[in-house]
Amino acid sequence: MIRDITLGQYYQTDSVIHRLDPRVKLVTTLAFIISLFIVDNAAGYIIAGLFLAVVIKLSNVPVKFMMRGMKSIAFLLVIAVVFNLFLTQGEVVFSIWKLQITKEGIRLAIMMAVRLVFLIMGSSVMTLTTTPNNLTDGLEKILNPLKAIKVPVHEISMMMSIALRFIPILLEETDKIMKAQIARGADFESGNLLKKVKSMVPLLVPLFISAFRRANDLATAMEARCYRGGEHRTKMKPLIYSKRDFMAYGTVCVYLALCVGIGRMLF
Amino acid sequence: MSIVLEHVNHIYESGTAMEFPALTDINLVIPDGQFIGLIGHTGSGKSTLVQHLNGLLKPTGGKIYYNGSDINADGYNKKELRSKVGLVFQYPEHQLFEIDVFTDVCFGPRNLGLDKKEVELRAYAALKQVGLSDEYFYQSPFDLSGGQKRRVAIAGVLAMKPEVLILDEPTAGLDPKGRDEILDQIAKLREETGMTVILVSHSMEDVAKYVDRIIVMNKSRVLYDDEPKKVFSHYKELEAVGLAAPQITYIMQALKEKGLPVDTEITSVAEARTAILNALADKSRSR
Ligand SMILES: Nc1ncnc2c1ncn2[C@@H]1O[C@H](COP(=O)(O)OP(=O)(O)OP(=O)(O)O)[C@@H](O)[C@H]1O
Ligand SMILES: [Mg+2]
Repeated sequence: MIRDITLGQYYQTDSVIHRLDPRVKLVTTLAFIISLFIVDNAAGYIIAGLFLAVVIKLSNVPVKFMMRGMKSIAFLLVIAVVFNLFLTQGEVVFSIWKLQITKEGIRLAIMMAVRLVFLIMGSSVMTLTTTPNNLTDGLEKILNPLKAIKVPVHEISMMMSIALRFIPILLEETDKIMKAQIARGADFESGNLLKKVKSMVPLLVPLFISAFRRANDLATAMEARCYRGGEHRTKMKPLIYSKRDFMAYGTVCVYLALCVGIGRMLF
Repeated sequence: MSIVLEHVNHIYESGTAMEFPALTDINLVIPDGQFIGLIGHTGSGKSTLVQHLNGLLKPTGGKIYYNGSDINADGYNKKELRSKVGLVFQYPEHQLFEIDVFTDVCFGPRNLGLDKKEVELRAYAALKQVGLSDEYFYQSPFDLSGGQKRRVAIAGVLAMKPEVLILDEPTAGLDPKGRDEILDQIAKLREETGMTVILVSHSMEDVAKYVDRIIVMNKSRVLYDDEPKKVFSHYKELEAVGLAAPQITYIMQALKEKGLPVDTEITSVAEARTAILNALADKSRSR
Protein backbone atom coordinates (compact mmCIF):
# COMPACT_ATOMS: atom_id res chain seq x y z
CA MET A 1 0.00 0.00 0.00
CA ILE A 2 2.32 2.71 1.24
CA ARG A 3 5.14 1.33 -0.88
CA ASP A 4 3.34 2.42 -4.02
CA ILE A 5 4.85 5.86 -3.65
CA THR A 6 7.79 5.68 -6.01
CA LEU A 7 8.88 9.29 -5.79
CA GLY A 8 12.51 9.50 -4.73
CA GLN A 9 13.03 5.79 -5.07
CA TYR A 10 15.88 4.23 -6.97
CA TYR A 11 15.23 1.28 -9.25
CA GLN A 12 18.27 -0.98 -9.31
CA THR A 13 19.11 -2.21 -12.79
CA ASP A 14 21.55 -1.47 -15.58
CA SER A 15 20.81 0.76 -18.56
CA VAL A 16 22.23 3.60 -20.64
CA ILE A 17 20.16 6.04 -18.64
CA HIS A 18 21.45 4.65 -15.35
CA ARG A 19 25.03 5.13 -16.53
CA LEU A 20 24.61 8.76 -17.61
CA ASP A 21 26.29 11.46 -15.57
CA PRO A 22 23.81 12.77 -12.97
CA ARG A 23 24.42 16.34 -14.21
CA VAL A 24 23.12 15.33 -17.62
CA LYS A 25 20.02 13.84 -16.05
CA LEU A 26 19.38 16.90 -13.91
CA VAL A 27 19.76 19.27 -16.86
CA THR A 28 17.63 17.03 -19.08
CA THR A 29 14.88 16.83 -16.49
CA LEU A 30 14.90 20.60 -16.13
CA ALA A 31 14.86 21.02 -19.91
CA PHE A 32 11.97 18.56 -20.15
CA ILE A 33 9.96 20.42 -17.53
CA ILE A 34 10.59 23.73 -19.30
CA SER A 35 9.63 22.17 -22.61
CA LEU A 36 6.28 21.15 -21.15
CA PHE A 37 5.52 24.79 -20.51
CA ILE A 38 6.82 25.97 -23.87
CA VAL A 39 4.67 23.78 -26.06
CA ASP A 40 1.01 24.62 -26.48
CA ASN A 41 -0.32 22.43 -29.21
CA ALA A 42 -0.98 18.74 -29.70
CA ALA A 43 2.05 18.16 -31.91
CA GLY A 44 4.30 19.54 -29.19
CA TYR A 45 2.84 17.18 -26.59
CA ILE A 46 3.28 14.27 -28.96
CA ILE A 47 6.96 15.13 -29.30
CA ALA A 48 7.33 15.38 -25.53
CA GLY A 49 5.48 12.10 -25.10
CA LEU A 50 7.71 10.36 -27.63
CA PHE A 51 10.83 11.72 -25.98
CA LEU A 52 9.62 10.50 -22.57
CA ALA A 53 8.62 7.09 -23.98
CA VAL A 54 12.04 6.57 -25.56
CA VAL A 55 13.84 7.53 -22.35
CA ILE A 56 11.63 5.21 -20.27
CA LYS A 57 12.22 2.40 -22.74
CA LEU A 58 15.99 2.96 -22.57
CA SER A 59 15.94 3.07 -18.77
CA ASN A 60 14.79 -0.56 -18.42
CA VAL A 61 12.42 0.46 -15.62
CA PRO A 62 9.16 -1.48 -16.08
CA VAL A 63 6.28 0.80 -17.03
CA LYS A 64 4.19 -0.96 -14.39
CA PHE A 65 6.61 0.25 -11.75
CA MET A 66 6.43 3.83 -13.05
CA MET A 67 2.66 3.70 -13.06
CA ARG A 68 2.56 2.81 -9.37
CA GLY A 69 3.92 6.28 -8.69
CA MET A 70 1.01 7.82 -10.57
CA LYS A 71 -1.53 6.42 -8.13
CA SER A 72 -0.30 8.75 -5.43
CA ILE A 73 -0.98 11.83 -7.55
CA ALA A 74 -4.31 10.64 -8.90
CA PHE A 75 -6.15 12.88 -6.41
CA LEU A 76 -4.18 15.97 -7.45
CA LEU A 77 -4.82 15.13 -11.05
CA VAL A 78 -8.57 14.90 -10.54
CA ILE A 79 -8.66 18.25 -8.75
CA ALA A 80 -6.65 19.96 -11.48
CA VAL A 81 -8.87 18.56 -14.19
CA VAL A 82 -12.14 19.38 -12.43
CA PHE A 83 -11.15 22.97 -11.63
CA ASN A 84 -9.97 23.68 -15.15
CA LEU A 85 -12.98 22.02 -16.66
CA PHE A 86 -15.56 24.03 -14.76
CA LEU A 87 -13.92 27.32 -13.94
CA THR A 88 -12.64 28.38 -17.34
CA GLN A 89 -14.57 31.12 -19.10
CA GLY A 90 -15.32 30.87 -22.80
CA GLU A 91 -17.50 29.31 -25.43
CA VAL A 92 -20.02 27.03 -23.66
CA VAL A 93 -20.20 23.48 -24.96
CA PHE A 94 -22.80 22.21 -22.54
CA SER A 95 -23.94 22.95 -19.00
CA ILE A 96 -25.11 20.87 -16.06
CA TRP A 97 -27.21 22.79 -13.54
CA LYS A 98 -25.09 25.91 -12.77
CA LEU A 99 -21.84 24.46 -13.99
CA GLN A 100 -20.68 25.25 -17.48
CA ILE A 101 -18.18 23.33 -19.48
CA THR A 102 -16.43 25.42 -22.08
CA LYS A 103 -14.31 24.56 -25.07
CA GLU A 104 -11.39 26.39 -23.49
CA GLY A 105 -12.02 24.50 -20.27
CA ILE A 106 -11.76 21.10 -21.95
CA ARG A 107 -8.58 22.17 -23.70
CA LEU A 108 -7.02 23.46 -20.50
CA ALA A 109 -8.06 20.41 -18.51
CA ILE A 110 -6.51 18.03 -21.01
CA MET A 111 -3.36 20.14 -21.16
CA MET A 112 -3.07 20.26 -17.37
CA ALA A 113 -3.55 16.51 -17.04
CA VAL A 114 -0.96 15.71 -19.71
CA ARG A 115 1.49 18.21 -18.24
CA LEU A 116 1.10 16.86 -14.75
CA VAL A 117 1.47 13.24 -15.80
CA PHE A 118 4.52 14.01 -17.95
CA LEU A 119 6.02 16.13 -15.19
CA ILE A 120 5.77 13.41 -12.59
CA MET A 121 6.90 10.70 -14.96
CA GLY A 122 9.81 12.79 -16.21
CA SER A 123 11.11 13.47 -12.72
CA SER A 124 10.44 9.86 -11.66
CA VAL A 125 12.67 8.65 -14.46
CA MET A 126 15.47 10.75 -13.02
CA THR A 127 15.07 9.54 -9.43
CA LEU A 128 14.45 5.95 -10.49
CA THR A 129 17.67 5.79 -12.49
CA THR A 130 19.95 7.81 -10.23
CA THR A 131 20.99 6.92 -6.71
CA PRO A 132 20.31 9.76 -4.27
CA ASN A 133 24.02 10.11 -3.64
CA ASN A 134 24.78 10.47 -7.30
CA LEU A 135 21.98 12.95 -7.71
CA THR A 136 23.18 15.27 -4.99
CA ASP A 137 26.77 14.93 -6.20
CA GLY A 138 25.57 16.16 -9.56
CA LEU A 139 23.60 18.98 -8.00
CA GLU A 140 26.55 20.05 -5.92
CA LYS A 141 28.78 20.18 -8.97
CA ILE A 142 26.26 22.14 -11.03
CA LEU A 143 25.69 24.67 -8.27
CA ASN A 144 29.38 24.95 -7.45
CA PRO A 145 29.79 28.43 -9.00
CA LEU A 146 27.34 29.75 -6.40
CA LYS A 147 29.95 29.16 -3.72
CA ALA A 148 31.52 32.39 -4.91
CA ILE A 149 28.54 34.31 -3.55
CA LYS A 150 28.68 32.37 -0.23
CA VAL A 151 25.85 29.92 -0.91
CA PRO A 152 26.51 26.79 1.24
CA VAL A 153 26.24 24.49 -1.74
CA HIS A 154 27.79 21.46 -0.10
CA GLU A 155 25.58 21.69 2.98
CA ILE A 156 22.45 22.09 0.89
CA SER A 157 23.24 19.08 -1.23
CA MET A 158 24.15 17.04 1.83
CA MET A 159 20.80 17.88 3.41
CA MET A 160 19.05 16.93 0.21
CA SER A 161 20.84 13.65 -0.06
CA ILE A 162 19.95 12.76 3.53
CA ALA A 163 16.33 13.77 3.01
CA LEU A 164 16.11 11.64 -0.13
CA ARG A 165 17.77 8.72 1.59
CA PHE A 166 15.25 8.92 4.41
CA ILE A 167 12.16 8.73 2.20
CA PRO A 168 12.27 4.96 1.60
CA ILE A 169 13.38 4.31 5.17
CA LEU A 170 10.47 6.23 6.60
CA LEU A 171 8.05 4.61 4.18
CA GLU A 172 9.22 1.21 5.30
CA GLU A 173 8.90 2.26 8.91
CA THR A 174 5.39 3.60 8.27
CA ASP A 175 4.45 0.29 6.73
CA LYS A 176 5.77 -1.62 9.72
CA ILE A 177 4.08 0.55 12.35
CA MET A 178 0.83 0.53 10.41
CA LYS A 179 0.87 -3.26 10.34
CA ALA A 180 1.68 -3.46 14.02
CA GLN A 181 -1.26 -1.20 14.88
CA ILE A 182 -3.60 -3.04 12.50
CA ALA A 183 -2.60 -6.22 14.35
CA ARG A 184 -3.89 -4.46 17.46
CA GLY A 185 -7.20 -3.79 15.78
CA ALA A 186 -6.52 -0.26 14.52
CA ASP A 187 -8.53 0.83 11.51
CA PHE A 188 -6.98 3.34 9.14
CA GLU A 189 -9.55 3.18 6.39
CA SER A 190 -13.14 3.48 7.50
CA GLY A 191 -14.92 6.32 9.29
CA ASN A 192 -15.36 10.00 8.55
CA LEU A 193 -12.56 12.53 8.16
CA LEU A 194 -12.30 13.37 11.85
CA LYS A 195 -12.12 9.71 12.78
CA LYS A 196 -9.51 9.10 10.12
CA VAL A 197 -7.33 11.95 11.37
CA LYS A 198 -7.67 10.63 14.91
CA SER A 199 -6.72 7.14 13.80
CA MET A 200 -3.43 8.56 12.52
CA VAL A 201 -2.16 9.27 16.02
CA PRO A 202 -1.05 5.68 16.71
CA LEU A 203 0.87 5.85 13.45
CA LEU A 204 2.37 9.33 13.63
CA VAL A 205 3.64 9.32 17.20
CA PRO A 206 5.85 6.23 16.78
CA LEU A 207 6.89 7.45 13.33
CA PHE A 208 8.11 10.82 14.61
CA ILE A 209 9.90 9.23 17.51
CA SER A 210 11.65 6.85 15.18
CA ALA A 211 12.54 9.65 12.74
CA PHE A 212 14.12 11.70 15.52
CA ARG A 213 15.98 8.70 16.81
CA ARG A 214 17.34 7.95 13.36
CA ALA A 215 18.33 11.55 12.73
CA ASN A 216 20.14 11.61 16.04
CA ASP A 217 21.95 8.36 15.31
CA LEU A 218 22.97 9.60 11.90
CA ALA A 219 24.36 12.84 13.29
CA THR A 220 26.38 10.92 15.85
CA ALA A 221 27.66 8.51 13.22
CA MET A 222 28.70 11.36 10.94
CA GLU A 223 30.50 13.18 13.71
CA ALA A 224 32.21 9.98 14.79
CA ARG A 225 33.68 9.84 11.29
CA CYS A 226 34.94 13.41 11.56
CA TYR A 227 32.46 14.97 9.16
CA ARG A 228 32.88 18.75 9.28
CA GLY A 229 31.05 19.99 6.20
CA GLY A 230 32.38 20.91 2.78
CA GLU A 231 35.77 22.46 3.56
CA HIS A 232 38.70 20.52 2.07
CA ARG A 233 36.51 17.57 1.18
CA THR A 234 37.49 15.50 -1.83
CA LYS A 235 35.45 12.94 -3.71
CA MET A 236 36.21 9.26 -4.02
CA LYS A 237 34.50 9.12 -7.39
CA PRO A 238 34.70 12.57 -9.01
CA LEU A 239 32.16 13.18 -11.76
CA ILE A 240 33.73 13.22 -15.23
CA TYR A 241 31.83 13.62 -18.49
CA SER A 242 32.20 10.89 -21.10
CA LYS A 243 31.30 10.78 -24.78
CA ARG A 244 27.89 9.33 -23.92
CA ASP A 245 27.06 12.39 -21.85
CA PHE A 246 27.89 14.85 -24.64
CA MET A 247 25.71 12.85 -27.00
CA ALA A 248 22.88 13.08 -24.50
CA TYR A 249 23.31 16.85 -24.26
CA GLY A 250 23.16 17.01 -28.07
CA THR A 251 19.92 15.02 -28.11
CA VAL A 252 18.37 17.31 -25.52
CA CYS A 253 19.27 20.38 -27.61
CA VAL A 254 17.63 18.84 -30.67
CA TYR A 255 14.57 17.99 -28.58
CA LEU A 256 14.26 21.54 -27.26
CA ALA A 257 14.63 22.96 -30.75
CA LEU A 258 11.85 20.66 -31.97
CA CYS A 259 9.61 21.71 -29.10
CA VAL A 260 10.10 25.39 -29.83
CA GLY A 261 9.85 24.89 -33.58
CA ILE A 262 6.83 22.64 -33.80
CA GLY A 263 5.14 22.82 -30.42
CA ARG A 264 5.04 26.60 -30.28
CA MET A 265 5.20 28.12 -33.76
CA LEU A 266 3.16 25.77 -35.93
CA PHE A 267 -0.54 25.36 -35.57
CA MET B 1 -9.93 -25.35 15.60
CA SER B 2 -6.60 -24.78 13.96
CA ILE B 3 -4.60 -22.92 11.36
CA VAL B 4 -3.92 -24.68 8.08
CA LEU B 5 -1.59 -23.46 5.36
CA GLU B 6 -1.80 -25.03 1.92
CA HIS B 7 0.91 -24.40 -0.67
CA VAL B 8 1.41 -20.84 0.50
CA ASN B 9 3.74 -18.70 -1.59
CA HIS B 10 4.72 -15.09 -1.16
CA ILE B 11 6.76 -13.10 -3.65
CA TYR B 12 7.75 -9.53 -2.74
CA GLU B 13 7.91 -6.87 -5.46
CA SER B 14 6.54 -9.31 -7.97
CA GLY B 15 7.19 -8.28 -11.57
CA THR B 16 10.14 -5.97 -10.87
CA ALA B 17 13.87 -6.46 -10.85
CA MET B 18 13.72 -6.70 -7.04
CA GLU B 19 11.39 -9.69 -7.17
CA PHE B 20 12.06 -11.87 -4.15
CA PRO B 21 10.40 -15.14 -3.16
CA ALA B 22 10.04 -14.92 0.63
CA LEU B 23 7.83 -18.00 1.02
CA THR B 24 7.80 -21.04 -1.22
CA ASP B 25 5.23 -23.82 -0.97
CA ILE B 26 4.56 -23.70 2.77
CA ASN B 27 2.30 -26.46 4.07
CA LEU B 28 1.57 -26.47 7.79
CA VAL B 29 -1.09 -27.53 10.23
CA ILE B 30 -1.09 -25.72 13.55
CA PRO B 31 -3.46 -27.44 15.99
CA ASP B 32 -4.87 -25.74 19.08
CA GLY B 33 -2.77 -25.43 22.17
CA GLN B 34 0.58 -26.28 20.66
CA PHE B 35 3.73 -24.39 21.64
CA ILE B 36 5.72 -23.96 18.45
CA GLY B 37 9.17 -22.57 17.79
CA LEU B 38 9.69 -21.05 14.34
CA ILE B 39 13.40 -20.93 13.69
CA GLY B 40 15.41 -19.67 10.74
CA HIS B 41 18.39 -17.67 9.67
CA THR B 42 18.03 -13.91 9.03
CA GLY B 43 15.96 -13.37 5.90
CA SER B 44 14.58 -16.91 5.77
CA GLY B 45 10.99 -15.62 5.75
CA LYS B 46 9.86 -16.06 9.37
CA SER B 47 8.35 -12.61 9.75
CA THR B 48 6.73 -12.88 6.35
CA LEU B 49 5.15 -16.19 7.33
CA VAL B 50 3.68 -15.00 10.63
CA GLN B 51 2.20 -11.90 9.00
CA HIS B 52 0.18 -14.24 6.81
CA LEU B 53 -1.39 -15.96 9.79
CA ASN B 54 -3.43 -12.92 10.83
CA GLY B 55 -4.10 -11.70 7.32
CA LEU B 56 -1.71 -8.73 7.28
CA LEU B 57 -0.09 -10.11 4.16
CA LYS B 58 -1.96 -11.89 1.41
CA PRO B 59 -0.27 -14.94 -0.07
CA THR B 60 0.62 -14.59 -3.73
CA GLY B 61 -0.36 -18.24 -4.03
CA GLY B 62 -2.03 -20.88 -1.88
CA LYS B 63 -4.65 -20.80 0.87
CA ILE B 64 -4.75 -20.19 4.60
CA TYR B 65 -7.57 -21.49 6.76
CA TYR B 66 -8.43 -20.47 10.30
CA ASN B 67 -10.90 -22.81 11.97
CA GLY B 68 -11.86 -24.12 8.58
CA SER B 69 -12.58 -20.85 6.77
CA ASP B 70 -10.37 -19.28 4.13
CA ILE B 71 -9.12 -16.03 5.66
CA ASN B 72 -8.51 -14.38 2.31
CA ALA B 73 -11.97 -15.10 0.96
CA ASP B 74 -14.17 -12.07 0.20
CA GLY B 75 -16.15 -10.90 3.17
CA TYR B 76 -14.07 -12.71 5.77
CA ASN B 77 -13.93 -10.64 8.93
CA LYS B 78 -10.23 -9.80 9.18
CA LYS B 79 -10.71 -7.60 12.21
CA GLU B 80 -12.11 -10.48 14.19
CA LEU B 81 -9.31 -12.70 12.93
CA ARG B 82 -6.75 -10.23 14.26
CA SER B 83 -8.31 -10.32 17.68
CA LYS B 84 -8.13 -14.13 17.62
CA VAL B 85 -4.62 -14.39 16.21
CA GLY B 86 -2.52 -11.90 18.16
CA LEU B 87 0.76 -10.91 16.58
CA VAL B 88 3.53 -9.18 18.48
CA PHE B 89 5.95 -7.66 16.00
CA GLN B 90 9.72 -7.68 16.01
CA TYR B 91 10.81 -4.70 18.17
CA PRO B 92 7.22 -4.12 19.32
CA GLU B 93 8.30 -1.21 21.52
CA HIS B 94 8.29 0.87 18.33
CA GLN B 95 4.50 0.75 18.24
CA LEU B 96 3.90 2.42 21.62
CA PHE B 97 2.30 5.84 21.40
CA GLU B 98 -0.02 6.65 24.30
CA ILE B 99 0.64 9.02 27.16
CA ASP B 100 0.93 6.22 29.69
CA VAL B 101 1.49 2.49 29.79
CA PHE B 102 -2.01 1.58 30.87
CA THR B 103 -3.75 3.61 28.14
CA ASP B 104 -1.48 2.09 25.54
CA VAL B 105 -2.42 -1.43 26.56
CA CYS B 106 -6.09 -0.39 26.40
CA PHE B 107 -5.72 0.45 22.69
CA GLY B 108 -6.20 -3.14 21.47
CA PRO B 109 -9.29 -4.12 23.49
CA ARG B 110 -10.83 -0.67 22.89
CA ASN B 111 -10.57 -1.30 19.15
CA LEU B 112 -12.61 -4.46 19.68
CA GLY B 113 -15.49 -2.23 20.77
CA LEU B 114 -15.66 -3.48 24.37
CA ASP B 115 -17.01 -1.26 27.11
CA LYS B 116 -14.65 0.82 29.21
CA LYS B 117 -14.78 -1.41 32.26
CA GLU B 118 -14.01 -4.58 30.36
CA VAL B 119 -11.21 -2.81 28.48
CA GLU B 120 -9.57 -1.71 31.71
CA LEU B 121 -9.97 -5.10 33.35
CA ARG B 122 -8.30 -6.76 30.41
CA ALA B 123 -5.48 -4.23 30.30
CA TYR B 124 -4.84 -4.68 33.99
CA ALA B 125 -4.84 -8.47 33.69
CA ALA B 126 -2.54 -8.37 30.66
CA LEU B 127 -0.02 -6.12 32.38
CA LYS B 128 -0.03 -8.48 35.35
CA GLN B 129 0.44 -11.45 33.04
CA VAL B 130 3.63 -10.01 31.57
CA GLY B 131 4.90 -9.30 35.08
CA LEU B 132 4.93 -5.51 35.05
CA SER B 133 4.39 -4.04 38.47
CA ASP B 134 1.81 -1.36 39.25
CA GLU B 135 4.32 1.44 39.74
CA TYR B 136 4.90 1.65 35.98
CA PHE B 137 1.25 1.73 34.91
CA TYR B 138 0.95 5.49 34.76
CA GLN B 139 4.40 6.28 33.45
CA SER B 140 5.07 7.32 29.88
CA PRO B 141 5.96 4.19 27.89
CA PHE B 142 8.96 6.05 26.48
CA ASP B 143 10.58 6.33 29.91
CA LEU B 144 10.79 2.56 30.40
CA SER B 145 13.76 0.31 29.75
CA GLY B 146 13.90 -1.80 26.59
CA GLY B 147 12.73 -4.95 28.33
CA GLN B 148 9.88 -3.17 30.08
CA LYS B 149 8.72 -1.57 26.83
CA ARG B 150 8.68 -4.98 25.24
CA ARG B 151 6.47 -6.29 28.06
CA VAL B 152 4.06 -3.43 27.60
CA ALA B 153 3.86 -4.16 23.88
CA ILE B 154 3.22 -7.84 24.52
CA ALA B 155 0.54 -6.93 27.04
CA GLY B 156 -1.03 -4.70 24.38
CA VAL B 157 -1.69 -7.80 22.29
CA LEU B 158 -2.54 -10.10 25.21
CA ALA B 159 -5.27 -7.68 26.30
CA MET B 160 -7.16 -8.63 23.16
CA LYS B 161 -7.37 -12.18 24.56
CA PRO B 162 -6.15 -13.95 21.43
CA GLU B 163 -6.57 -17.70 20.94
CA VAL B 164 -3.25 -17.83 19.15
CA LEU B 165 -0.31 -15.72 20.27
CA ILE B 166 2.52 -15.14 17.82
CA LEU B 167 5.69 -13.46 19.04
CA ASP B 168 8.23 -12.36 16.45
CA GLU B 169 11.65 -12.51 18.13
CA PRO B 170 10.41 -11.34 21.51
CA THR B 171 13.90 -11.55 22.96
CA ALA B 172 15.89 -9.71 20.27
CA GLY B 173 18.23 -7.21 21.86
CA LEU B 174 17.54 -8.22 25.47
CA ASP B 175 20.14 -9.31 28.00
CA PRO B 176 20.16 -12.99 29.10
CA LYS B 177 18.18 -12.24 32.25
CA GLY B 178 15.54 -10.22 30.42
CA ARG B 179 15.35 -12.93 27.80
CA ASP B 180 14.81 -15.74 30.29
CA GLU B 181 12.24 -13.72 32.21
CA ILE B 182 10.17 -13.00 29.13
CA LEU B 183 10.35 -16.58 27.86
CA ASP B 184 9.45 -17.99 31.29
CA GLN B 185 6.50 -15.64 31.48
CA ILE B 186 5.28 -16.72 28.06
CA ALA B 187 5.57 -20.38 29.02
CA LYS B 188 3.68 -19.74 32.25
CA LEU B 189 1.00 -17.82 30.41
CA ARG B 190 0.55 -20.64 27.97
CA GLU B 191 0.18 -23.13 30.80
CA GLU B 192 -2.48 -21.00 32.45
CA THR B 193 -4.53 -20.17 29.37
CA GLY B 194 -3.81 -23.11 27.07
CA MET B 195 -3.50 -20.81 24.08
CA THR B 196 -1.50 -21.71 20.99
CA VAL B 197 1.87 -19.96 21.02
CA ILE B 198 4.22 -19.48 18.09
CA LEU B 199 7.62 -18.21 19.07
CA VAL B 200 9.84 -16.86 16.30
CA SER B 201 13.53 -16.92 17.01
CA HIS B 202 16.86 -17.65 15.42
CA SER B 203 18.26 -19.36 18.42
CA MET B 204 17.44 -23.03 19.07
CA GLU B 205 18.92 -22.63 22.51
CA ASP B 206 16.23 -20.11 23.44
CA VAL B 207 13.25 -22.17 22.44
CA ALA B 208 14.46 -25.76 23.04
CA LYS B 209 13.46 -25.65 26.68
CA TYR B 210 9.85 -24.59 26.07
CA VAL B 211 8.36 -25.75 22.78
CA ASP B 212 6.66 -29.02 21.71
CA ARG B 213 7.47 -28.57 18.07
CA ILE B 214 10.09 -26.78 15.99
CA ILE B 215 9.62 -25.54 12.46
CA VAL B 216 12.92 -24.72 10.78
CA MET B 217 12.86 -22.36 7.81
CA ASN B 218 15.60 -21.96 5.28
CA LYS B 219 15.58 -19.76 2.19
CA SER B 220 11.79 -19.32 2.09
CA ARG B 221 11.04 -23.04 2.62
CA VAL B 222 10.25 -25.27 5.59
CA LEU B 223 13.32 -27.43 6.15
CA TYR B 224 12.28 -29.41 9.25
CA ASP B 225 9.03 -29.65 11.15
CA ASP B 226 9.24 -32.00 14.10
CA GLU B 227 9.73 -32.46 17.83
CA PRO B 228 12.75 -30.55 19.13
CA LYS B 229 14.89 -33.61 19.80
CA LYS B 230 14.26 -34.97 16.31
CA VAL B 231 15.16 -31.63 14.78
CA PHE B 232 18.34 -31.40 16.84
CA SER B 233 19.49 -34.77 15.60
CA HIS B 234 20.03 -33.02 12.25
CA TYR B 235 22.58 -30.77 13.90
CA LYS B 236 25.05 -31.14 11.05
CA GLU B 237 22.50 -30.05 8.44
CA LEU B 238 21.37 -27.22 10.70
CA GLU B 239 24.90 -25.91 10.81
CA ALA B 240 25.05 -25.95 7.04
CA VAL B 241 22.15 -23.48 6.93
CA GLY B 242 23.65 -21.14 9.50
CA LEU B 243 21.80 -22.43 12.57
CA ALA B 244 23.00 -24.52 15.46
CA ALA B 245 21.51 -27.09 17.79
CA PRO B 246 21.78 -26.32 21.51
CA GLN B 247 25.30 -26.76 22.86
CA ILE B 248 24.17 -29.64 25.00
CA THR B 249 23.37 -31.63 21.83
CA TYR B 250 26.96 -31.29 20.74
CA ILE B 251 28.27 -32.46 24.09
CA MET B 252 26.04 -35.53 24.04
CA GLN B 253 27.03 -36.38 20.48
CA ALA B 254 30.71 -36.05 21.41
CA LEU B 255 30.25 -38.29 24.45
CA LYS B 256 28.56 -40.91 22.29
CA GLU B 257 31.38 -40.78 19.77
CA LYS B 258 33.87 -41.31 22.59
CA GLY B 259 32.05 -44.48 23.55
CA LEU B 260 29.66 -43.45 26.36
CA PRO B 261 26.26 -44.89 25.36
CA VAL B 262 24.18 -41.81 26.23
CA ASP B 263 20.79 -40.93 24.85
CA THR B 264 21.48 -38.05 22.41
CA GLU B 265 17.84 -37.09 21.99
CA ILE B 266 17.68 -34.61 24.83
CA THR B 267 16.90 -30.93 24.81
CA SER B 268 17.92 -29.50 28.16
CA VAL B 269 20.85 -29.49 30.56
CA ALA B 270 18.75 -31.19 33.23
CA GLU B 271 17.84 -34.06 30.89
CA ALA B 272 21.46 -34.34 29.84
CA ARG B 273 22.54 -34.68 33.46
CA THR B 274 20.19 -37.62 34.06
CA ALA B 275 21.16 -39.22 30.77
CA ILE B 276 24.89 -39.00 31.53
CA LEU B 277 24.45 -40.28 35.10
CA ASN B 278 22.34 -43.20 33.84
CA ALA B 279 24.89 -44.05 31.18
CA LEU B 280 27.72 -43.95 33.72
CA ALA B 281 25.75 -46.12 36.16
CA ASP B 282 25.02 -48.67 33.43
CA LYS B 283 28.65 -48.71 32.49
CA SER B 284 29.97 -49.31 35.99
CA ARG B 285 27.31 -51.99 36.60
CA SER B 286 28.22 -53.90 33.47
CA ARG B 287 31.89 -53.75 34.34
N1 LIG C 1 8.30 -5.46 2.29
C1 LIG C 1 9.27 -6.14 1.67
N2 LIG C 1 9.60 -5.89 0.39
C2 LIG C 1 10.55 -6.59 -0.23
N3 LIG C 1 11.26 -7.58 0.33
C3 LIG C 1 10.99 -7.88 1.61
C4 LIG C 1 9.99 -7.18 2.35
N4 LIG C 1 9.95 -7.70 3.60
C5 LIG C 1 10.88 -8.66 3.63
N5 LIG C 1 11.51 -8.79 2.45
C6 LIG C 1 12.54 -9.78 2.10
O1 LIG C 1 12.03 -11.07 2.32
C7 LIG C 1 12.98 -11.89 2.97
C8 LIG C 1 12.39 -12.51 4.21
O2 LIG C 1 12.14 -11.49 5.14
P1 LIG C 1 11.61 -11.78 6.60
O3 LIG C 1 11.46 -10.46 7.27
O4 LIG C 1 10.41 -12.65 6.52
O5 LIG C 1 12.83 -12.57 7.23
P2 LIG C 1 13.04 -13.11 8.73
O6 LIG C 1 13.19 -14.57 8.62
O7 LIG C 1 11.98 -12.57 9.61
O8 LIG C 1 14.44 -12.46 9.09
P3 LIG C 1 14.95 -11.81 10.48
O9 LIG C 1 15.47 -12.92 11.31
O10 LIG C 1 16.05 -10.90 10.03
O11 LIG C 1 13.81 -11.07 11.07
C9 LIG C 1 14.19 -11.02 3.25
O12 LIG C 1 15.21 -11.37 2.34
C10 LIG C 1 13.74 -9.62 3.01
O13 LIG C 1 14.74 -8.88 2.37
MG1 LIG D 1 11.90 -11.24 11.15
